[in-house]
Amino acid sequence: MLRDLFSKKKRPEKIPSEKAKQEVPEGLMSKCPGCKKISYIKELRKNDMVCEHCGYHHRLSAGERLYCTVDEGTFTEMDAQLIAEDPLGFPEYKEKSAKDREKTNLNEAIVTGRAEIEGVPVVIGVMDAGFRMGSMGAVVGEKIRRAADTAVNERRPLLLFAASGGARMQEGVISLMQMGKTSAALRRLHEEGLLFISIMTHPTTGGVSASFASLGDVNLAEPGALIGFAGRRIIEQTVREKLPDDFQTAEFLMDHGQLDRVVHRHDLKSQIGTILAVHARGEEE
Amino acid sequence: MADHLPFEKPVIELREKIKELRSFTEDKDIDLSGEIEKLESRLAQLEEDIYGNMKPWDRVQLARHTERPTTQDYIQLLITDFLELHGDRLYGDDAAIIGGIGFFEGNPVTVIGHQRGRDTKENLRRNFGMPHPEGYRKALRLMKQADKFKRPIVCFIDTKGAYPGKAAEERGQSEAIARNLIEMAGLRVPVLCIVIGEGGSGGALALGIGDRLYMLENSTYSVISPEGAAALLWKDSGEAQRAAETMKITAPDLEKLGILDGVIPEVRGGAHRDVQQQADAIREVLRRELKELSSKDPEVLVSERAEKFNQIGSYADVTDANTEE
Ligand SMILES: [Zn+2]
Repeated sequence: MLRDLFSKKKRPEKIPSEKAKQEVPEGLMSKCPGCKKISYIKELRKNDMVCEHCGYHHRLSAGERLYCTVDEGTFTEMDAQLIAEDPLGFPEYKEKSAKDREKTNLNEAIVTGRAEIEGVPVVIGVMDAGFRMGSMGAVVGEKIRRAADTAVNERRPLLLFAASGGARMQEGVISLMQMGKTSAALRRLHEEGLLFISIMTHPTTGGVSASFASLGDVNLAEPGALIGFAGRRIIEQTVREKLPDDFQTAEFLMDHGQLDRVVHRHDLKSQIGTILAVHARGEEE
Repeated sequence: MADHLPFEKPVIELREKIKELRSFTEDKDIDLSGEIEKLESRLAQLEEDIYGNMKPWDRVQLARHTERPTTQDYIQLLITDFLELHGDRLYGDDAAIIGGIGFFEGNPVTVIGHQRGRDTKENLRRNFGMPHPEGYRKALRLMKQADKFKRPIVCFIDTKGAYPGKAAEERGQSEAIARNLIEMAGLRVPVLCIVIGEGGSGGALALGIGDRLYMLENSTYSVISPEGAAALLWKDSGEAQRAAETMKITAPDLEKLGILDGVIPEVRGGAHRDVQQQADAIREVLRRELKELSSKDPEVLVSERAEKFNQIGSYADVTDANTEE
């Protein structure tokens, strides 16, 4: 049975590939949440899914993110074979996970692997908010732990792109403990003097924001990304005060000293390249 | 607030009835001792049934009980010469977390815990035990201090969660919690964590990266409150009772999930029925665990603590499934 569900042809694509860019049929239109203007998806894709009118950064799948981040042909995936179990016997969890595997062509909410960025070998993890809202359960926690350990063993920098609604409710307290697991793994990286770059993309909230995503040596974010611990509605109910429009955006966090830089998607790869280059010096000697 | 919870009502009513019959016997000089004896054995049975079969929601109510002992109560009964230390040195002093130094059975310790209030006035001062970033940063400062002076750390966990507020977000609630997680993972002294009431999500975990994790029998530990889960799952926070069961948040549930080092039994009817006796049960655990942990090398402590978290969470490996045939 398992074999049928996860036969070779349904395994995730070894990304990045041109195919990831063409998943949505060409000619389809999209209304921009930022400026309400209509764009061709095809045109949007050419622009890394950034609205050419207002600069709105549309969400990227893990495959799309890798495509516009790593050097072509350098990505090899790790641990793609890990899939979630159902520790609580939670209603409909198995069915919903199976549906998301089908929908996203991924086995879980994060893709990890080895790659090069501007010629520098790295370990990279990219979350996909299309899979269970990018939530962190046991598999996401374990894949990040293994990615950090690989970075330690091979003395590579680690990059994690967060895109997550937080801990995965369906795995209960097990998902909460993944915050501890990922943080402990990052501590080993830190002890070894290795670089960790955290890139927060839309959205980075809850237990992901309150664990690995906030622990970068350098914390970057994409413009307009929602980043925060508690949900806006819960805060409004609790404090009964009006929150500013830009509350919990990347720009808001930048203003409050919580980020190193807010970086436009078009500049992200080259700025990551610069950060890697600055830190690579010590490793060569 | 009544001194009993809804699920205890039958026991309380029967106790009242027995009391009535007793005074009736004395006043009217009628012998009802046979009747009383019968009711007393029924009471014993009823107590067994009710306290021996507590539903998750019963435990949630006990964990939130106004009279439930807090961090301060246990510090008072377990720690001698306790001196509270204040402030994060960055912004302020958050009364929702208290911490300080003292002696446990003659040995120096640092004790840190969430602190809620007993009445409305104290709850307002302590923000209902829901910390801001400065609370977590104070806790971290005291942990680093303990690390420097090689004192073990005891953390009492008792919070609905980190405070969801505008100022908390502005000052970096996420970063404050995350920082505690990574720093606690590296502490070179024993860290013993005990959930004494509610363990609400990341706000609880921020004091929870330890070498050992215990829970009082009627405490809870969860990724989201039963009300919050019910609102998400069934669009109805009134379904909290059902969510408390689905989410597996009680001490016995967590023990089954393999996350705990032990459950500390509670006094029948809850810790508030006899605080001294409850403190004694905690004392036993502190004595045993601190002795064992203090004998370990710092490197061993740190690596075993990380390994403890590495083990949490099961997953299927699809390659195994494919090659097994
Ligand atoms: Zn636009």
